[in-house]
Amino acid sequence: MPTPLVVSDVAKSFTMHLRDGIKLPVIAGVSFSIRAGECTVLGGPSGAGKSSILKMLYGNYAVDEGQIIVTHDDGLIDLATASPRTVLAVRRQTIGYVSQFLRTVPRVSALDVVAEPLVERGEDREIARGKARALLAQLNLPEKLWALPPATFSGGEQQRVNIARGFITEHPILLLDEPTASLDARNRDVVIELIAAKKAAGVALLGIFHDHDVREAVADRIIDVTAFAPGKIAA
Amino acid sequence: MTDEPLLRVSALSKFYGSRVGCDNVSFDLWPGEVLAVVGESGSGKTTLLNCLSTRLLPSSGTASYRMRDGQFRELYRMSEAERRFLMRTDWGFVHQNPADGLRMTVSAGANVGERLMAVGDRHYGKIRATAVDWLSRVEIDEDRIDDEPRAFSGGMRQRLQIARNLVTGPRLVFMDEPTGGLDVSVQARLLDLLRGLVTDLGLAAIVVTHDLAVARLLSQRMMVMKDGRVVESGLTDRVLDDPRAPYTQLLVSSILQV
Amino acid sequence: MTDIATYNFAYLDEQTKRMIRRAILKGIAIPDYQVPFASREMPMPYGWGTGGVQVTASIIGPDDVLKVIDQGADDTTNAVSIRAFFKKVANVAVTTDTASATIIQTRHRIPEHPLKTGQVLVYQVPIPEPLRFLEPRETETRKMHALEEYGLMHVKLYEDIAKHGRIATTYAYPVKVEGRYVMDPSPTPKFDNPKMHRSPALQLFGAGREKRIYAVPPFTEVVSLDFEDHPFEVQTFDQPCALCAAENVYLDEVILDDHGGHMFVCSDTDHCEKRRNAPTSPLWGGRAEGAGGGLDQSTPHSTPTPALRADPPHKEEGKEKQ
Repeated sequence: MPTPLVVSDVAKSFTMHLRDGIKLPVIAGVSFSIRAGECTVLGGPSGAGKSSILKMLYGNYAVDEGQIIVTHDDGLIDLATASPRTVLAVRRQTIGYVSQFLRTVPRVSALDVVAEPLVERGEDREIARGKARALLAQLNLPEKLWALPPATFSGGEQQRVNIARGFITEHPILLLDEPTASLDARNRDVVIELIAAKKAAGVALLGIFHDHDVREAVADRIIDVTAFAPGKIAA
Repeated sequence: MTDEPLLRVSALSKFYGSRVGCDNVSFDLWPGEVLAVVGESGSGKTTLLNCLSTRLLPSSGTASYRMRDGQFRELYRMSEAERRFLMRTDWGFVHQNPADGLRMTVSAGANVGERLMAVGDRHYGKIRATAVDWLSRVEIDEDRIDDEPRAFSGGMRQRLQIARNLVTGPRLVFMDEPTGGLDVSVQARLLDLLRGLVTDLGLAAIVVTHDLAVARLLSQRMMVMKDGRVVESGLTDRVLDDPRAPYTQLLVSSILQV
Repeated sequence: MTDIATYNFAYLDEQTKRMIRRAILKGIAIPDYQVPFASREMPMPYGWGTGGVQVTASIIGPDDVLKVIDQGADDTTNAVSIRAFFKKVANVAVTTDTASATIIQTRHRIPEHPLKTGQVLVYQVPIPEPLRFLEPRETETRKMHALEEYGLMHVKLYEDIAKHGRIATTYAYPVKVEGRYVMDPSPTPKFDNPKMHRSPALQLFGAGREKRIYAVPPFTEVVSLDFEDHPFEVQTFDQPCALCAAENVYLDEVILDDHGGHMFVCSDTDHCEKRRNAPTSPLWGGRAEGAGGGLDQSTPHSTPTPALRADPPHKEEGKEKQ
């Protein structure tokens, strides 16, 4: 089975210049790979650095050490050192990301927020909207909300818009940062179905799920992030 | 997307006597890319913008622009005629104060039409139809077409200035604090409009702003300037979510949370 | 005329005349380029033709025959004074006859009688810069001329159409000379613009206060700016001259009394008189018909006499002091 993403010896720390430059190590020696058609789950308590790993894989956090090799456009790219332009291309074509919170844009309707990633990949706007409608319906977002900007939506409604936005594309790699945190049982089940469909389509998923039931339902493998605690390397 | 950048900037510096305007700035800008330049007043971001738009000649360094024929031209070696032609066809410049970028005593329609007439359009009906189209794209009612911008609100003036700049289909637009001095609601509308236009038209843009929220909403890439130097650059969300330079951390931590 | 020796020939000193001739030559070499020159104090105020007078003084010779018109008339104060001035300081022959003049100094008109090779038309110009009202900075307008950036000129015409439904500019109508420079033809009515195009006469323009000289050499292209869907057109008058029945000439409105009485007569007095005096022309007969029609409601008293033309109040009234 292909491994579209290989992480080796990645380390990350924050230097707080506003607090006399103290250095906060987050993780070190992170090495794993994810496989197509599988859902890999990052496990471990809060603060162990799960979100930081996802953010590094998405280029959102800088990487201090190590390599993140991703198969992109028939080649291999090291995301740890890639130029911003390359990272943008990887995000457009290869790695999708469902963040914990939706970052809303004034005046853009929920439907267009969801359709946008497809339009960015060159899809026709109407076709993209059609797919967006189907996803929002599947996620039980009331149709009267579709034409409204999501800024005023409830947490659960925003999260569903966010999930639809992340799942609409056919990225070969999909990162999920607690997508089910504020969903009710019915919609959690929809997300589980969506993840199963992605797996069937050969997508490599990497996620953080605090909800035990969801994790049980989707995880093929669990990586214990506490193994990458910075102290362990030193010890 | 082409493999070549639209603009290549290398070691650009501008000194005012012994004072530093901007120092040793280098970057490439690709078609369709929006680059935000952030920093506080006096950080050199406006000096940089003025050098790039050839409104100011740098003390040293080079900047070359890929013309429509695919050839790179060194901006500071072009004749003034060529630079001015570029400025009114392939480039746009959106000033912070719309009065600097508009003719306040001619009608909105003529403000939009001027660049068309400057490149040789001589059909009144077509010029006017294009002006109407652009006014609607920037959400100005058609019945205001014969009003002078003096009679417009600040937000409308700014939108008119944007229409005036985009009517010739430029590939690169410079913006100096495009939302400065506007109410937040007006600002949000303008930002959304700009964001839509930039995406739809595939514009490359260099946006100077001190407002990090504006940078996040509009740009994919960001340069943080301090004392004339670039202290940090990279993907906009990377710089804002994981700021590494001391000054960027200070800037980011100074954002007011609503 | 007796004290000619008191002045240098044609009033200006020879150095000044040479300086102005150099400016004129440069102007002819670059049609419509505005050549700066060191305009002198003249014995008349700015706005009364100091630019034109200096140009005339620099090119006039003892054999020249001078005609001076002010809005087409030979007999208004300004025209009479300038003619008298040159008679006094240069002792030249003067005339009102367009055909026999070698130099015609004009304010705001081009004579109806076609000009010919060898004649020089000297225009008095108040504001030489056609872009001035849209762009106040001289540094910027010079650059615009240098770089041939004339979009702004069409902005003015666009505004006309937007406001009035047509190009409402009727005088000082901008033209493009020899496909290069845009020129302000001085405040002549646009009716006269076509006469400038490929004119066999040399056309010189002097702006005394603004200190600029420019020129249109003989047989030069002079094209009025316009839009494809709003082409340039000259004014038309729906009646002929009330005095000489001429059609297709530029007419002035003359107020006859305080009761709304008025008539339209030739602005070119020389042209009008010639038509009325020529035995072959449709002289008094034509006038009786045409003038009668034009005057029906207005004049209880006799038909206007040529003496009316010597009476200048309407001219003085219409004169813009610039």
